[in-house]
Amino acid sequence: MFSFHFMVNAFRAGTIVAVAGGLMGWFMVLRRQAFAGHTLAVLGFPGAAGAVWLGFNAAWGYFGLCGLAALLIAVLPRGGSGRSHESAGIGVVQAFGLAAGFLFVSLYHGYLNGVSSLLFGSFLGITDTQVLVVLLVSVGAVGALAVAGRPLLFASVDADVAAARGVPVRAVSAGFLLVLGLTVAEISQITGALLVFTVLVMPAAAAQALTSRPAAGLAASVLIALGITWGALTAAYHSSWPIGFWIATFGFAVYLAASAWRGWRSRR
Amino acid sequence: MNGPAADPAVASDTVITADRAAVTLGGRPVWSDLSLEVGAGEFVAVLGPNGAGKSTLARAVLGLVPLAAGSLRVLGERPGRHNDAIGYLPQRRSFDPGLRVRGRDIVRLGLDGDRWGLPLPWRSRHGDEARVAETIAMVGGEAFADRPVGEMSGGEQQRLLVAQALVRRPRLLILDEPLDSLDLPNQAAVAALVAEVCADGVAVVMVAHDVNPILPYVDRVVYLGRGAAVSGRPAEVITSSTLSGLFGTPIEVLHASDGRMVVVGQPEPPAYHADRHAHS
Repeated sequence: MFSFHFMVNAFRAGTIVAVAGGLMGWFMVLRRQAFAGHTLAVLGFPGAAGAVWLGFNAAWGYFGLCGLAALLIAVLPRGGSGRSHESAGIGVVQAFGLAAGFLFVSLYHGYLNGVSSLLFGSFLGITDTQVLVVLLVSVGAVGALAVAGRPLLFASVDADVAAARGVPVRAVSAGFLLVLGLTVAEISQITGALLVFTVLVMPAAAAQALTSRPAAGLAASVLIALGITWGALTAAYHSSWPIGFWIATFGFAVYLAASAWRGWRSRR
Repeated sequence: MNGPAADPAVASDTVITADRAAVTLGGRPVWSDLSLEVGAGEFVAVLGPNGAGKSTLARAVLGLVPLAAGSLRVLGERPGRHNDAIGYLPQRRSFDPGLRVRGRDIVRLGLDGDRWGLPLPWRSRHGDEARVAETIAMVGGEAFADRPVGEMSGGEQQRLLVAQALVRRPRLLILDEPLDSLDLPNQAAVAALVAEVCADGVAVVMVAHDVNPILPYVDRVVYLGRGAAVSGRPAEVITSSTLSGLFGTPIEVLHASDGRMVVVGQPEPPAYHADRHAHS
């Protein structure tokens, strides 16, 4: 299977995306920001569709709109009683974003490589340039986590005390959202806007069910993400079913198994 | 950032000095004319009805709220300068039941959670691990410290949060309603634990809603109400005449035969229960 260049690129991109997605996803799940993350992913769709319609590379649209949306969510007031209001506001933006993306696709008329590749990914058509872009963004995201991971963990579980200890809680939270937006944009190009969570949430949620040690959880999240990505690529190569289906199925199976294991352990 | 600051200039016994301090939030005066002196090893209770600005006082000492007038010195500096020598336990909100982080890690964050960079084994200071374990033992938390914090009872969480505030061996401990939402045996246990720490020379400022669980240990009380403040020994401040003067309305302090005190007639906002449980 590695005699085909497109399979080599798929494994390269999948591996890079799994590492960054597994780490960022662990923090996103811990911070209960899955909904914000989903919104970023959904907004990648109108971004990419709009970019293609205007004659740009779809990547510009993904990165531009995901980054912009992340900054917007970061400046929205949050916490306390404003929380439900915030989620309603994000939901409204999400619906509008999907509709706008659909409009751009119909305005473009011509062959857009199908709406389906924007929504559900194009794992087997990844270019060398895409691999490079994905690598650069991932290195940036992992580097940011290496520097700020511990204050971010502190701010995530205990914002008041972290602030008293001098952690710039607002800046750390905003920075996390921005990096999350760029990571989502990066993953979107491979998995499509709607299947970002297969890499971002499924491994992280399974890892948190398996262990409550932060370091072990981060490692487990990355390993699970790598496992399901490699497994899905292999399965897709030997079958006619789409790659996105395989990733989601493997991720779901791992999550179910992890939850069952946790339930069994807590009952003992 | 390395543990309690041992600056010789602040080695004096005075931990907090307030002189006619006042705080204004959003144009509304919270309290004013607060004068107070807290020495090392003193246990100070901050009392008063809800909305009187008790938590604001704690946050002012941490430098998180600016003063509108007067002066406030904490460990010989302006507030916020020596926060690495202050252990802080904010008003709690319990942890999300789904939070999958061990209690031990929560305590550990109190020690080095503000440090940047990877927490690689060879980069951590010698003895950090042992210090965390020792502090957990101090609050009697060995039995549950390795469970996810979200699955612990309120009393267990509160013990570990006290450990988190203590893990840097602070010179000043600021506790905002640490006994809130605990049952009576746990209230007594946490109060005794704090008193023990205090006896070791750590100054304690505890915001409390009910003075009775801590009454045996308290050296001084600050009573906030109606934008003003009185401070002094409990027997001087918690009296019918002092509190009636503070609130401008007749207030009675009743003494039960077991030494407990009940303050009757103190104005309480009617929405008290609703906003108190909004975060849990």
